[in-house]
Amino acid sequence: MSNPLVTTLAPVTLPNIDLGRRTLFRHTGKAMLSAAAVAMIGGVAMPTGSASAAPMQGDIDILNVALGLEHEAIAAYQIGAESGLVKGKALDAAKLFQSHHKGHRDALVSTIEKMGGKPVAPKSQADVAKALNAGSLKTQDDVLRLAAKLELGAANAYLGVIPSFSEGMLKQVAARLAADETMHWTALSGVLGLPLPTGPLSFGA
Amino acid sequence: MTRTCQSAALWTALTLLCTPMAAQAADAERGATLYEQRCVACHSLDTSRIGPAHRGVVGRKAGGVPGFAYSPALKASDLVWTEDSLDRWLADPQSVIPGQRMNYRVADAVARADIIAFLKRQSP
Ligand code: HEC
Repeated sequence: MSNPLVTTLAPVTLPNIDLGRRTLFRHTGKAMLSAAAVAMIGGVAMPTGSASAAPMQGDIDILNVALGLEHEAIAAYQIGAESGLVKGKALDAAKLFQSHHKGHRDALVSTIEKMGGKPVAPKSQADVAKALNAGSLKTQDDVLRLAAKLELGAANAYLGVIPSFSEGMLKQVAARLAADETMHWTALSGVLGLPLPTGPLSFGA
Repeated sequence: MTRTCQSAALWTALTLLCTPMAAQAADAERGATLYEQRCVACHSLDTSRIGPAHRGVVGRKAGGVPGFAYSPALKASDLVWTEDSLDRWLADPQSVIPGQRMNYRVADAVARADIIAFLKRQSP
């Protein structure tokens, strides 16, 4: 059985692994769910569209809002990279973080689809640039500050939706996504020379 | 809006999480910082992004930003955003408008009050 903690966040297809399906469907009487119908996110099996009803729809809605965030983050890093303002190690880091967001996006899209939902489409890069007021970015620090703001917001967003998931394993996935965003925020803050939070529990309250 | 934790038992349990306990007016300055950290992942004051634009939200009917693709539930709601309804919404949106798509919760009552004070300032 794969260990969810050591698999990557890229969508994994392991049709023989259905960890969790018994507990997931214990109360629904849908125990005949096939292994192939179990979506994988971050190495963790998820219930799919053959299960019923409102709680599932609620979870799909949360994942779709998260997907909107990831689309925006990917576009924001693209805008930053194409601005020509970001160079050297900072550019390398921006590319790495964008690739993480692409991994998040792919994992979310495949999970939403396998749960029977329709993944939201990305907005155009021009729309994102306008919404984020990208025209005001003049220096590398401006770009990194915007990235840090979005990463901190994303970390807090994932932490703030955790109580709303009805599916426990999705809560863990949200926490793992929040951890990635926190790692990005911390690295960006270091480059920008910003202080770390002085108190404990500063995220997600 | 109550700025203290309700029950003594809860108070003891949550001392760490419900930080400044002093009864004081909601702090719109702190609210601005919290808004920056907690809300701007999805919202801006003047542009709709993942969530609708916020300027003018206090006193506005729920689902009132033109062009934003609200959930059917929020669109159909008759709720008007007041300090009270915003406080309940931020504590648990699903309990206020079942079927909404925000799902983001702010557990700390003081943080909610400060954020609402900030939003009020953006709602002349
Ligand atoms: C994870 C993304 C996300 C975060 C973070 C978030 N929101 Fe939202 N918010 C949404 C979405 C999506 C909607 C629209 C919900 C719907 O259509 O059902 C919304 C709707 C709202 C509305 C209703 C607005 C209207 O026009 O009726 C208010 C008020 C609101 N949010 C306030 C906040 C505040 C304040 C914060 C920060 C404490 C916050 N939100 C954080 C996604 C988010």
